[in-house]
Amino acid sequence: MSTQIERFEDPGLPEHLHRKADTDPKAAKRAEQQVAILFLLSAVGTVGTIASYIWVHPQVYLYIPILGSTNVQQACIGLGLTLATLTIGLGAIQWAKKLMPDVEQVQERHEFRSSDKDRDDLTKTVENRVEETGIARRPLIKRTLGLALGLVGLSPLVLLRDLGPMPGKYLDTTDWTAGTRLMLDPANTPIRPEDLEVGAVAQVLPELPAGTERTLENIGKDAVLLIRLRPEDFNLDPERLSWTYNGIIAFSKICTHMGCAVALYEQQTHHLLCPCHQSTFDVTRAAKVIFGPAARPLPQLAITVDANGYLVAKQPFTVPIGPSFWERNSKNG
Amino acid sequence: MADKKTSPTTRTGKLAAGAANYADDRLGSAGYLKKNLNKIFPDHWSFMLGEVCLYSFVILLLSGTFLTFWFDPSQRDVVYQGAYTPLSGVSMSAAYASTLHLSFDVRGGLLMRQIHHWAALIFMVAIVVHLFRVFFTGAFRKPRETNWLIGIGLLTFGIIEGFLGYSLPDDLLSGTGIRIAEAILQAIPVVGSYLAFFAFGGPFPGTSFIPRVYMVHILLLPALFLALITVHLMMVWYQKHTQFPGPGRKESNVVGYPLMPVYMAKAGGFFFIVFGVTAFLGAVASINPIWLYGPYTPGQISAGSQPDWYMGWLDGLVRMAPPLETHWLGHTISWNILLPSLVLPGLIFVGMTFYPFIEAWISGDHREHHLLDRPRNVPNRTALGAMSIAFMVIALANGGNDIIATHFHLTINGIMWFTRIGLFTVPPIVFIITKRVCLSLQRADRDLVLHGRETGRLVMLPSGEMIEVHEPISDARKWTLTQHQQPEALPAPLPEEALVGWKGKLRKRMNEAHNVQVPAATLSELKELGDSHH
Ligand code: HEM
Ligand code: FES
Repeated sequence: MSTQIERFEDPGLPEHLHRKADTDPKAAKRAEQQVAILFLLSAVGTVGTIASYIWVHPQVYLYIPILGSTNVQQACIGLGLTLATLTIGLGAIQWAKKLMPDVEQVQERHEFRSSDKDRDDLTKTVENRVEETGIARRPLIKRTLGLALGLVGLSPLVLLRDLGPMPGKYLDTTDWTAGTRLMLDPANTPIRPEDLEVGAVAQVLPELPAGTERTLENIGKDAVLLIRLRPEDFNLDPERLSWTYNGIIAFSKICTHMGCAVALYEQQTHHLLCPCHQSTFDVTRAAKVIFGPAARPLPQLAITVDANGYLVAKQPFTVPIGPSFWERNSKNG
Repeated sequence: MADKKTSPTTRTGKLAAGAANYADDRLGSAGYLKKNLNKIFPDHWSFMLGEVCLYSFVILLLSGTFLTFWFDPSQRDVVYQGAYTPLSGVSMSAAYASTLHLSFDVRGGLLMRQIHHWAALIFMVAIVVHLFRVFFTGAFRKPRETNWLIGIGLLTFGIIEGFLGYSLPDDLLSGTGIRIAEAILQAIPVVGSYLAFFAFGGPFPGTSFIPRVYMVHILLLPALFLALITVHLMMVWYQKHTQFPGPGRKESNVVGYPLMPVYMAKAGGFFFIVFGVTAFLGAVASINPIWLYGPYTPGQISAGSQPDWYMGWLDGLVRMAPPLETHWLGHTISWNILLPSLVLPGLIFVGMTFYPFIEAWISGDHREHHLLDRPRNVPNRTALGAMSIAFMVIALANGGNDIIATHFHLTINGIMWFTRIGLFTVPPIVFIITKRVCLSLQRADRDLVLHGRETGRLVMLPSGEMIEVHEPISDARKWTLTQHQQPEALPAPLPEEALVGWKGKLRKRMNEAHNVQVPAATLSELKELGDSHH
């Protein structure tokens, strides 16, 4: 190694090259005209927008390949607006690029750090001012202030308490009780086993006491899927088998993962699939999870028929339906 | 010249002078404005990404305000009687009915809905790409850490704002999204069911959620955005923009064009271009056709439910989570929900938030930086960024696993296992590859400086050997390719006392990894080569 290593040096800002429009008045004139045309097009766009708003019929649809069925008026207004705005932008940029000065300029930066003296002075001033409050010497004030400030934030929290009621046992229960009739959704009529062919699926809801209106909250926890299989397809323990009726089995439709409606039934494989995250449940094995993020089977509803031959629930659900929650006692699966 | 008062001669000049003097008499603003109209802004295409964020936010404010005039944020039951006949007589929430009204009965209403939704997608894309630009070029280094933090805040609130936005119409798709959000709340240990009941004003879905979300969507979060964006821009203004290295560009200067007129014309023009592009998308590209989904009811679902893309990676993580739940003393903990939707995203966002401070701790570099890094010159950081992108892409791919499965004839099971394994194996591989690629690019830079550019012309030497003619590159190029910091020039490599204990050792190892570099070519080397060549 001989002497010091030489590094490359900054050659400095490159020399400024003139644009055509800087030197050739014809080119400048052309650029000016281009900008003006763009701005004029914008005016045309606005006129088009207003004309479409007034004169194009609001309920005309046109089938455009790829885009599908398109409302002509909405599209015309939108295209007018596109023309009106895009051309202002293009014009302004063309103007800036071709006609405004394009000489790069240099500005110096200054370091943000202040002088040591200023910094020291500031620190001292702050120290003095804090000292003047006497907070260091008066721990009683310091502590009580800490307490007060710490507590004052509690009030808004407490005031938010009335945002909603306490959950209580709500998440543990549904409207299904022993003897509740299964009502077809949306017809709201009771259903007999014969109404359901082998391979068929139906959504049912519990019959509510007369005079109560069904809300979305009810549906959100009561929705049940009925599926009819051939009895020999089942692969259930005797208890669960006794919860079915003539090949009809009933499950909560609310996914045990995050509560979506488990709506897709595959006849051949007897699988129920939740479209949200693809948890898949095997109907023949009491909705055991065979794929996906759900951790628990869909709760099964025990069913039978009443004296009039209508399907009814034998008993309430034995476990809470739907997604998990902290208070959920999972003794029974 | 000094004392002579010049009076403007043109009409525009007079008007401007009048306004400026009026303001100056009251605010003393002339000096300040004069200085700032001359403020220099460096020019680079990637500096427009932040502008796209700002402009699409403005578009969101404008189109969103338009929507508020018709949208009715209520979950009260109504029976639909509007222009869209397939849903005539169907009972639904007022929110859904008013969104149908906006789409079919208000002239330009559908356009504005679509502009609003497209602008939201562009806003989120622009934020993410802008963030990666800042990351890969090291623009987050001192003194700009605060703006990095604000950016992470904007990203986080943007994701929430977008989700709340498409929850408003109360269609079957968005209701399903809300149901999932409720399940996440409910899964939080100890307080989950309380949080869910408080948020929804009782059991799901209730009638309070959409009115509450509406308030957050149109007032709370937009106000927060406005405040954060204002501070963000004031900081950019005050600290001056960073610039890419090149001839004449130093840590101590800014090279570019003055605010008035060039930058104003370009930036102002660019706003209209972003507006035009968004209007075009709104005009021709249908997005969120809520009338096809129907009103929300918890007992039904539309097949192939997909959230907007910025939520898609979360959905993908949720889909690939193992079916894990702990049952303990009569309590249930759903790891299958908590891990992918709260724990993992939480860790990722905490990591992103602290990255500037972590990197400074590793490198021991606490100086101000105004010249950007060329990504290849900081291989470790670039590799980390590439690795994060790989992670997100894999998660996002699994979020669309049903669509990918049907399009490419794959099984969902196959995709899930591929992404489950890929999520942990692909990012490290991407890290290693990226780091190598960066180092080869540095080597290529070095060769370019020392041996020049290949011209493709072959000549025969007297000995009969064929060689390709190389042409030296310009001095400007040479400077650009060699100006970057060399590790040995770091002012204060880590002090000895900082390197004791396991933390010190870790720091030392990470510091070494961080500093891996191909030495830049030097003039001495070039001279030596020149001497030996002929
Ligand atoms: C960063 C800001 C924002 C984002 C990301 C965002 C996103 C969204 C999205 C994705 C939708 C669903 C649109 C649809 O497909 O129907 C929406 C709806 C809505 N947004 Fe925003 N928005 C933002 C700001 C605003 C602001 C500032 C306002 C009002 C001042 C607003 C008012 C509305 C209204 C009224 C709706 C419901 C109407 C409808 O869906 O048709 N938004 N928002
Ligand atoms: S909600 Fe059914 S799989 Fe997630």
